[in-house]
Amino acid sequence: MFDYDFMRHAFAAAAIVALVAGLVGYFLVLRGQTFAGHALAHVGFTGATGAVLVGASPLAGLVVATVAAGIGMGFAGERLAQRDVAIGMVLSLSLGFGLLFLHFFTAYATQVTALLFGNVLAVDTDTLVVLLALGVLSLAALGVIARPLLFASLQPELAEAKGVNLRLFAVLFLAIVALATAECAQIVGVLLVFTLMVGPAAAAQRLTSRIGCGLALSAVLALAEAWGGIALAYWTDWPSSFWITALSAAVYVAAIGGRGLVR
Amino acid sequence: MNAPGRTIGFAAGPAPKNAIEIEALTLALGGRTVLSDVSLAIRGAEFVGVLGPNGSGKTTLMRAILGLVPPAAGTIRVLGATAARGNAATGYMPQVRGSLADKRLSGWDFVASVVNGHRLGLPLLDAAGRREVAWALDMVGARELASRPLAETSGGERQRLLLAQTLIGRPRLLLLDEPLISLDPAHQQAVVALVKSLQTELGIAVLFSAHELNPLLGALDRVLYLGGGHAALGTVDEVITGTVLSRLYGSTIDVVHVNGRIFVMSGGNDMEHDAHRHDHDHGGHDHAGHDHAGHDHAGHDHGGKNRSGRAHRDV
Repeated sequence: MFDYDFMRHAFAAAAIVALVAGLVGYFLVLRGQTFAGHALAHVGFTGATGAVLVGASPLAGLVVATVAAGIGMGFAGERLAQRDVAIGMVLSLSLGFGLLFLHFFTAYATQVTALLFGNVLAVDTDTLVVLLALGVLSLAALGVIARPLLFASLQPELAEAKGVNLRLFAVLFLAIVALATAECAQIVGVLLVFTLMVGPAAAAQRLTSRIGCGLALSAVLALAEAWGGIALAYWTDWPSSFWITALSAAVYVAAIGGRGLVR
Repeated sequence: MNAPGRTIGFAAGPAPKNAIEIEALTLALGGRTVLSDVSLAIRGAEFVGVLGPNGSGKTTLMRAILGLVPPAAGTIRVLGATAARGNAATGYMPQVRGSLADKRLSGWDFVASVVNGHRLGLPLLDAAGRREVAWALDMVGARELASRPLAETSGGERQRLLLAQTLIGRPRLLLLDEPLISLDPAHQQAVVALVKSLQTELGIAVLFSAHELNPLLGALDRVLYLGGGHAALGTVDEVITGTVLSRLYGSTIDVVHVNGRIFVMSGGNDMEHDAHRHDHDHGGHDHAGHDHAGHDHAGHDHGGKNRSGRAHRDV
């Protein structure tokens, strides 16, 4: 299976994205903002289809739209970032606009499917380079803000009193989430970003209560699920995104069920 | 002044005489005046209970002391410096919210997140940081909670972890906002006893807000009563009197002493308990049938905490 360029690209892309999703997703779950991450991906759909409409690259549109939405959501603060109805409205409106842009473009069904559900086998060398650059950028940024972000996530009032700017770190974090979301969308599509961003992180938090172990486990699980999904897709000829969602769900259920055995 | 770069070891410099000095302070929140023209001083090592009805400004005053609410008028000096955010010498325990109960992080990581938490970088602790966390956990007797996820701790255990968080940075002033909320009487007495022992052992000032005076009676040096935009600070005997409280509330208040307990009444209603009951549900403590004369708070006395017994004799 490694004889083909597209398979090697797929495994490389999945490795980059899984590391980013696993680590960023850990903080997303810890902060209880998973639904916000989900909504960002849908905003990315609008960005990607809009970009195609004006002749730009879908990935560029995806990144610009998610980062802009992430920063906006961060500035809106808790009023929006943790409110289900507002986020749900943004989410469906984004898909609606995406549909409208596609209508004008009379798009190819394959491209729409790739955006919505991902097409990891179509990743070329150029995309791989962009994914690597965005991945390094988002993890570097996360590394810089990790300590105050953790403090602000666990104990916001005390953090504020000790001089942490809550709004600043909320905005920076959601910008990082937006980058991670755009990366994930390349592998599993905008509709299934949850499966890589949230599934492994939530399972890891079930399995260990230590931050360091949790972060490592989250990244490892995301990597295993992404690679496993691609391998299973190769052998079965079923879509890789299906396998990744299946593995993610299976790992999460096993984590809930198996926790009693670990302790 | 007293915020050394690394928040390890006791804050440098001689302790100022007063922990908090408030001059002609007016605080407003969303256009409403919460406190008006209040002046008072809290000494360097005293336990002050902060009482008053809902909305009387207990939380707002604490947030102002932390530099989170700017004064509309007047000044606040904390340990000799103007109140400002980022003061390592002030520990703060906000009112507990439900959001902690679903966190799956260990107690150790929860407390450790405070160590240099305002600084950029990865949340890694050096040896001194680990010692600091271990010390804080030991001080509150929460060493065994270190490896347990927050989601699997009880309300009382979570309070101890929150208290451990406030000790990081070796503060000289602790601001504790309603630490007794939603605890049953036995756990209330345990928390009060713990805070009192920390306060005397470390020689620090503590502001402890509460709905009820009685659980604090054995521990507090003075009481700060807020009401009607005004404040009264003094010993229990000085402040908790019909005259003083009537002036604060602007209506007739009676203070009734029963078996070493004190009840603040307005028109025959026990005000503290009314406020208490409306504000939240605190499991196990039955208010439904109490009448004031015969109110015996059985749980307080049977909590197994000897401090509780002493509290009653002291009054």
